Amino acid sequence: MKEAISFQLNGKPVTLEVDPDRMLLWVLRTELGLTGTKYGCGEGHCGACTVIVEGEAVRSCASPISEVAAKSVLTIEGLEAGGKLHPLQEAFVSHNVMQCGFCTSGMIMTAYGLLKRKPLPTREDIVQGMEDNFCRCGGYMRIIQAIESAAQTMRKGGPR
Amino acid sequence: MSERQPLSRRDFLKISGGGIFIFFAVGDPMQFLEAQERMGGRELPADWNAFLRIAEDGQVTGFTGKAELGQGANTALAQLAAEELDVPLDSVTMVLGDTDLCPWDMGTFGSRTIKYFGPPFRQAAAEARAVLIQLASEKLGIAADRLATKDGAVFDTSDPRKSVTYGALAMGQTIERHIDPKPAIKPVSEHTIAGRPANRKDARLKATGQAEYAADIKVPGMRYARILRPPAHGAKLRSIDTAAAEAVEGAQVIRDGELIAVLHDSFDQAEAALLRIKAEWDMPEPSTDDETIYDRLVRVAPEGSVIEEKGSLEEGKKLSTAVFEETYRTPYVAHSPIEPHAAVVKIEGDRATVWASTQSPFRVQGAVAEALGFPTEKVRAITPFVGGGFGGKNASGQAVEAARLAKLSGKPVQLAWSRREEFFLDTFQPAAIVKIVSGLDAAKKVVLWDYTVYFGGERTSQPFYDIPHYRILSKGSWGGRGGTGGPHPFAVGAWRAPGSNTNTFARESHIDVMAARSGIDPVEFRMANLKDERMKRVLRTCAARFGWKPSKAPSGRGQGVALVNYLETYVATMAEVEADKITGKVRVKRVVCAQDMGEVINPDGARAQMEGCITMGLGYCLSEEMHFRNGELRDINFDTYEIPQFSWLPKIETILIDNPSLAPQGGGEPPIVNMGAVVANAVFDGTGARLFRLPIIPGRLRDALAAKS
Repeated sequence: MKEAISFQLNGKPVTLEVDPDRMLLWVLRTELGLTGTKYGCGEGHCGACTVIVEGEAVRSCASPISEVAAKSVLTIEGLEAGGKLHPLQEAFVSHNVMQCGFCTSGMIMTAYGLLKRKPLPTREDIVQGMEDNFCRCGGYMRIIQAIESAAQTMRKGGPR
Repeated sequence: MSERQPLSRRDFLKISGGGIFIFFAVGDPMQFLEAQERMGGRELPADWNAFLRIAEDGQVTGFTGKAELGQGANTALAQLAAEELDVPLDSVTMVLGDTDLCPWDMGTFGSRTIKYFGPPFRQAAAEARAVLIQLASEKLGIAADRLATKDGAVFDTSDPRKSVTYGALAMGQTIERHIDPKPAIKPVSEHTIAGRPANRKDARLKATGQAEYAADIKVPGMRYARILRPPAHGAKLRSIDTAAAEAVEGAQVIRDGELIAVLHDSFDQAEAALLRIKAEWDMPEPSTDDETIYDRLVRVAPEGSVIEEKGSLEEGKKLSTAVFEETYRTPYVAHSPIEPHAAVVKIEGDRATVWASTQSPFRVQGAVAEALGFPTEKVRAITPFVGGGFGGKNASGQAVEAARLAKLSGKPVQLAWSRREEFFLDTFQPAAIVKIVSGLDAAKKVVLWDYTVYFGGERTSQPFYDIPHYRILSKGSWGGRGGTGGPHPFAVGAWRAPGSNTNTFARESHIDVMAARSGIDPVEFRMANLKDERMKRVLRTCAARFGWKPSKAPSGRGQGVALVNYLETYVATMAEVEADKITGKVRVKRVVCAQDMGEVINPDGARAQMEGCITMGLGYCLSEEMHFRNGELRDINFDTYEIPQFSWLPKIETILIDNPSLAPQGGGEPPIVNMGAVVANAVFDGTGARLFRLPIIPGRLRDALAAKS
């Protein structure tokens, strides 16, 4: 039942023998040891498990590993480059966004996908783009501010 | 991911490489002790109960039995230590919730960390500074009264070139000191770190995905467990066939009485195998549902007790020229932290280590020890980052389940609950009822307040208005097991500001009822019935920022106000809503919140908590209500149990009242308490329809509007 599946993970090629029907989330968290991507609801409602596949934000809890074969996957662990935080991570830190932090990876990855589509989003764009990511601590206000700020930084410093 | 070895406190002193340790006595101050004992804490050690360590590299470590749930305790406590010690905030690290390293603590709830743990912790730091000055005096040969401290060093005030760092003073030392007598802590006016906004110490870890939560812990040989759950509370297993699950490659089925579980190499594979178990259940007898529960609760309520009373209700009735009688209802509300409960248990010989998402690591330690038949000290509970608790992680049954499975399987076990389990096994904010009979005299002064709360608990039920004749009666607390014989069909417990969301919804709605029927502006009505100057100041401050213009309600503007004294933190909240009279949909557009919490340790952290409370509070106002029938929960994921989302976000303005002469009070809960009433009052002001039941879902508002016309 297992198959060899290869894909790019945070810029590096990986190949693993895995049941192709298993969800990407669990393979990331278990076999690949990348626990920054979180399980929140298992049904794609809350967004805690969001990763980037081929530049787009997807729910890893509802994405079979077979679907990422030969594609590129970016997780929260792959955002930092050369010891430098991504502007979104910087902005989440400087705006004191995090409370419990459990939704944070999913928030940042969804925002990453949003800024790929809309490098200079309006507040309305941000609300729409982030709508299906839940933060129970109630940190939405600062998350919006951080995304706005990161978008500005990325515009000045060039996109990444 | 690393292996961690259990460590006793004594071992800790031996192996931690020297340095200066400060212990502080538990009777010190009394408030801390009393608060813990009042909550039924275990007998406290007589010698010391917490410590600080200054290492040979000058780094400071503080130890606390509290957990970091997102409230920012690790940052604010580090600020307190850094302030008293005169070290940069960066050189203080907090170790939280490790039962081998940290002093016993009853748990992280009730906005108590800074209020009760803060003072003794601060004193420990002040003592550490005094010890360092003593040591420097000996080393430099300079009288202690000529020495001062700055940036982690002691220096000569008449010749600042003569100085010695804390690290150098700690070198080769192992000094244990008790605080006796108490050294003076710095006056607030001299603070440079406490009272200033500080970035969270855990921010970078959380922004990079490196912060470890319980389900991120992996130990060698560990297996992942999934447990078979009944379809409803009270359902009984009739038959079971586990053959298909056992046939799954790599799966192990474990059965011990009612505990039936599957172990596998990952959560999802264990879940897939679990789904192959064929189980038949006898469903529970018809009992109650989310509509009939209120009548049932009133019917089965105990006699209760008088929480507070003044004057006589008879006298109050005589003085009343207008009497108002109303009933308020709030439903079961789920905690729904984004992190479901998780735990890892590893047993080695006669010792066990447990990593748990919990608000009460010492409770986990005790419960796991009991489940394993181990002495308490043979169990070490470690609390990784907790992905939100809100009261839901006071009970940590997952740790006990994981411990049992670890013992039965002989392997380390990780048990993480699914979202369905997180709902199904939650200790909900209880459904509750408040009945109020109040009276006004001819001068529109409240002279009668006969208040009965059913299963909401007493917190914030005591009126802070100036009322000559009142009685507060509480029937049933907010906590308790569910099921057979009990009032609730499932377990209930503390939910962010327990009891208070119900009590304050009732009180502040009712105050508005009286104001509206008297044709008086609700702010003016409150001011006229308040003598508490602190509360008046909070209300005035809030009204000024909001731009409150007096008008009797309903004014059509959709503006509301609510007040609370939550364990001595005072909050005034004003809101503006848009209520669609056709659809019944309510949108909160703007919230202004003023809070007097005494001395503020981390103003930015405090504001973040206020914003969080306001945002989270929109849920219990507008959508959150557990639907159920006969023990079967109808809401088991976020598709039907709606929590606040980005598009709900109002414009939020927070104000911290400057009141540094009052000791720091709690800040993790207070502003959520006002949300029910402020929104209900604003909806009334906008539409003329008063909602006596939360949440204000479109159908209820439409019904209220129809009933009015």
